[in-house]
Amino acid sequence: MGLKTFDRGIHPAYNKELASSKAITPAALPKTVIIPLRQHAGAPCTALVKKGDVVEEGQKIADVEAFVSAPIHASISGKVKEIDLYQHPVGMKVPSIVITGDGEKKDWGTSGGVTVDLASLTPDAIRTTIRESGIVGMGGAGFPTAVKLNAPKGKKIDTIVLNGCECEPYLTADHRIMLEEADKVVWGMRALMKGVGAPNGFIGIEDNKKDAIEAIKLALGPSCTDIKVIELETKYPQGAEKMLIKAALNRKVPKGKLPLDVGVVVNNVGTAAAIFDALNYGKPLIERVVTVSGNGIKEPKNLLCRIGTTFEEIIKQCGGLKEGGEFEVLNGGPMMGIAQMQLDVPVIKGTSGITALMGEVIKPKKYDACIRCASCVEACPMALMPYRLGDYGNMQRLDDFNGWGGFDCIECGCCSYVCPSKRPLLQWIRLGKLRVRQNQQAQQEQAQLAEQASAK
Amino acid sequence: MADDTQDNKTPQDTPKSTPESSVEKKVTTPTPDSAPEKPAPKAVAKPKPPAKPKAPAEPPVAPSADKLVVSSSPHFLNDESIPKIMHNVVLALVPAMAASVYYYGLRAVLLLVVCLVTCLVTEHLFLMARKRPTKIYDGSAAITGILLGLMLPPGFSIFGAILGSFFAVAVGKQLFGGLGYNIFNPALLGRAFLMATYPVMSTSWMEPRTVQAAVDAVSAATPLALLKFEGEFSPVLNMFTGNVAGSMGETSVIAILIGGLFLRYKGYINWKLPLGYLGTIAMFSGIFWLIDPSKYANPLFHLCAGGAMLGAWFMVTDMVTSPTTPKGQWIFVVCAGILAVVIRLFGGLPEGVMYSILFMNAFVPLINRHTRPKIFGTMKRNSH
Repeated sequence: MGLKTFDRGIHPAYNKELASSKAITPAALPKTVIIPLRQHAGAPCTALVKKGDVVEEGQKIADVEAFVSAPIHASISGKVKEIDLYQHPVGMKVPSIVITGDGEKKDWGTSGGVTVDLASLTPDAIRTTIRESGIVGMGGAGFPTAVKLNAPKGKKIDTIVLNGCECEPYLTADHRIMLEEADKVVWGMRALMKGVGAPNGFIGIEDNKKDAIEAIKLALGPSCTDIKVIELETKYPQGAEKMLIKAALNRKVPKGKLPLDVGVVVNNVGTAAAIFDALNYGKPLIERVVTVSGNGIKEPKNLLCRIGTTFEEIIKQCGGLKEGGEFEVLNGGPMMGIAQMQLDVPVIKGTSGITALMGEVIKPKKYDACIRCASCVEACPMALMPYRLGDYGNMQRLDDFNGWGGFDCIECGCCSYVCPSKRPLLQWIRLGKLRVRQNQQAQQEQAQLAEQASAK
Repeated sequence: MADDTQDNKTPQDTPKSTPESSVEKKVTTPTPDSAPEKPAPKAVAKPKPPAKPKAPAEPPVAPSADKLVVSSSPHFLNDESIPKIMHNVVLALVPAMAASVYYYGLRAVLLLVVCLVTCLVTEHLFLMARKRPTKIYDGSAAITGILLGLMLPPGFSIFGAILGSFFAVAVGKQLFGGLGYNIFNPALLGRAFLMATYPVMSTSWMEPRTVQAAVDAVSAATPLALLKFEGEFSPVLNMFTGNVAGSMGETSVIAILIGGLFLRYKGYINWKLPLGYLGTIAMFSGIFWLIDPSKYANPLFHLCAGGAMLGAWFMVTDMVTSPTTPKGQWIFVVCAGILAVVIRLFGGLPEGVMYSILFMNAFVPLINRHTRPKIFGTMKRNSH
């Protein structure tokens, strides 16, 4: 206690010990990769290559003009087999470039230490390199990092917060990155600060990762004054952007606004490490650390995977799934991860973990009446009343749903987690959001039709 | 399982499968771990014809024969459940039950059992009539029964106890729609019903066994009644242990405290509710005590007297009938506390806990509606 944190939240079983002691190991070079053209928030890319083209590892193979976007690079060298719709780990089918590898591995020299003097780089050059390297937020949301660093006119960013909370159960990728690549993280942090002109930096780490806190402090050195490590209470969802800003800086991001409205940009520690590689070695974002864990995995590991490697291949390298029964394989952790319908989906830039659950946890639960115990109200980090929102969403009382702040929900899942009646609160809230959006769409369409009719 | 193996296999053979399937097959035919186990069910499954037509509808699951479950996040829930909470409340009531048996003997056992059984039977019958699965094991009806039993005077008639228990569960709970839908605390409603139907028996008390031996009297008055009608103060120490006349389970403060603290330790009650209620009673009665100590009892007396303790730890904290918002919970307990003292000091009845809680129960929906927490990031004007 006494550590910084946000209000409310939950303490789920973290189960991080499964993978937290496993050093990052490179996964086997995949023979084929499926690279979706949409791996970031914003406009999807268009392919720059066509079927039959020979591509080199790290070559840009897709890009788009739009501001909110990030280019995509070939993660292995080989030949473009085809460009077609493929299942995406976030749920739908997305145009993807399939590359058949030639088995060649490019040496980026990433263990060579610092090769560039940060002082010689201009903020513009840093931002351009980050954009061109296809770097996006690696915590899961996948927002293009360069866009975050481009503050709109009139907004001043004074602080960069690096997110090393990793509050999702099971996941340990960020933990390992901070332990093994602390220098890279710190250097990347400085690059971020320079890129945006922020004088202050904070690295927020939960206190269940004491060794990572030590490693980062060591990398910072004793004389460092501009970057501070903040030890945070271990609590979910500490890593949610708004919660982290509240915990670390005691600033509240106003409703419907972005962190940059309070002068803050939040980045993941993995992103900082990727920025180091991009600026020093010109290595684009073609691989990332993925925690493969969960009670259904034989040998949990932290693997450095090429983007586009299928889940199946990665799980196989971790001894496969345990025998028997049913599994739930998630892109991400158990609180916010997305369950997969098939295992031949690719790892994307935002895949921080692959969690395979089995047994009692994935059994469908019967839900009961709400006993108004207020556990969800006490857990909701956004200070909503989930039991009411859930009912409004479920009963399609959409005006009430909006009025009680349905769209302020960050979908962290705390409410469903704590509910003793096992009511699917978050699922109902999602339903409410979906219905509201559908209604808005229908109204727009109707308005358009009416306009067309009157024009005639 | 057999069906699944069939389903999992077919999509790859269908012509519609995406061109990657050829690669896929090479890379990902049965994962090594599933290989030794799975061939057998596959062989069994193949000749089974009905599985085939169903196959295309199924999502193409990975070649490993294991079934994938798909659901929406979160995929991880805690292990709390309604029965777990309710059973812990029952456990927390054990000290109070033990105290009632200690002070009133077999009479207490009889009344408690009658109330408990009637509540369970009523719950079961109503659920059957409503064609709902029986939930009498979830413990909620048991709590109603035990609490009602503990609130009865030891000399209460068995038939009256049955009637009260039936009313508590039938009208107090099931007519509203069962667990989670009731507005009033069922046990309190049952007690209020008995107060109206058996006014004399509901307010006739007897001395506990420990006192009966010394004094040769069976009927007695509660400390609150003594104060109200005779102006006589009872020793607080006796009230603390329960060695005074009163409702069977309400007299022993220590026994109730043990149960209440146990629940707090388990995290099933919000400290705000009991402490807010008791604190308000203490403060509000303290004001009058400071004005005229010869006429008004001290706060400690009010805390230990009557149903204050049982009400604070087991009825104010009733999840269903207390507010859900932090601010609302304060309003609820403060208003109920003031009301209880007002009834005790100025009302026609010696005891006001029951009506204070029932009265505030009625306002809970209103309180909830108007005390919504401020959503994170809602800003005051002119601030950042």
